[in-house]
Amino acid sequence: MVELLLPRNSKVGKGRHHPAPAGAKRVKTFSVYRWDPEGAGNPVWDRYDVDVDACGPMVLDVLIHIKNSMDSTLTFRRSCREGVCGSCAMNVGGRNTLACTHGWQDVPGKDVRVSPLPSQPVVKDLVVDLSLFYAQYASIEPWLHTTTPQPQGEWLQTEQDRAKLDGLYECILCACCSTACPSYWWNGDRYLGPATLLQARRWLVDSRDEATGERLDALEDPFKLYRCHTIMNCAQVCPKGLNPAEAIAGVKSMLVERVT
Amino acid sequence: MTGFRTPLGRARGLGSAKHGVGDFIGQRVSAVALLFLVAWGVWSAVILARGDYETARQWLATPVNAALASLLALAGFFHMQIGMRAIIEDYIGRPTSRTGLLILNAFVCWGGAALTVVCLLKVAVGGGAI
Repeated sequence: MVELLLPRNSKVGKGRHHPAPAGAKRVKTFSVYRWDPEGAGNPVWDRYDVDVDACGPMVLDVLIHIKNSMDSTLTFRRSCREGVCGSCAMNVGGRNTLACTHGWQDVPGKDVRVSPLPSQPVVKDLVVDLSLFYAQYASIEPWLHTTTPQPQGEWLQTEQDRAKLDGLYECILCACCSTACPSYWWNGDRYLGPATLLQARRWLVDSRDEATGERLDALEDPFKLYRCHTIMNCAQVCPKGLNPAEAIAGVKSMLVERVT
Repeated sequence: MTGFRTPLGRARGLGSAKHGVGDFIGQRVSAVALLFLVAWGVWSAVILARGDYETARQWLATPVNAALASLLALAGFFHMQIGMRAIIEDYIGRPTSRTGLLILNAFVCWGGAALTVVCLLKVAVGGGAI
């Protein structure tokens, strides 16, 4: 259901101010969303004046610096630091992205505002609960479905057929696209979202898969698929440069092809 | 609070409705048809605005004009019904409200289409005031 205003217990207040250390020459202010499930209060914006000469160029470098030397209670996910794992997906300057590959100097505005991915339940600070998102991915059964007995070697594929997977298999499931989609905000419990539908397309066009019809049957639904209105936020924010909207259009085209 | 239902159970929900492609095609076909029909309708209205009622009635009495005017109404209401349904499904979350509004949408659109076509035919064939 559409909620145009934040619920009362989600309104974000003013938090603590953490000044820069004495002697810092280049200081940049980062406003970070803070919420502790063990506290009783609403979320707040904590302001950190960061000595940017003391840390690396990426937003994740700054967050690690804050955690190591300014405020050890700040909570966020991170792992690979190079845009492969998708753990550090968050909203930076109003745009979903990976903190590890997004330079803080590229964020417009005076301050850099960092908040969790939109529309998902917050676990703590910048960490959100992506259980439903992962379950939606699992629901499309993202593995090869075959009836033909397993060949002696690999399932063979032409170079042209393999090329059809380009632009699809690279998805790292960071959830930047799905949580940037208004349709997913309003109907996230029923609409599969751009990331899952991009993966669905990846298995639909796989020449080795033998369950294309069943996969299309499972997708043909006013909510699971047709909540996509080609808003294109997904393609704009994808940190891997993929185009989920185009993949979803491809799924819709396959459904049309089936009846015409 | 979502109870103890597993995330996969929630994601699968009630399963696929196995329809939607018909509306998808219908929306696009009616949009293409309306491109031409609306252009024709505007052009006709501009010309008819210069004449009197009898001129308009005679114009509507020709089979081609009556058919095109009916098609304009039917395609318009059909397109509107699909568009309104998408808006209701997007923004109304409560199942009872959504179902009620979807039924109301169907009544208004199909009722509007029927009324418009009957009025058009009455003017075209009968010639009396509506």
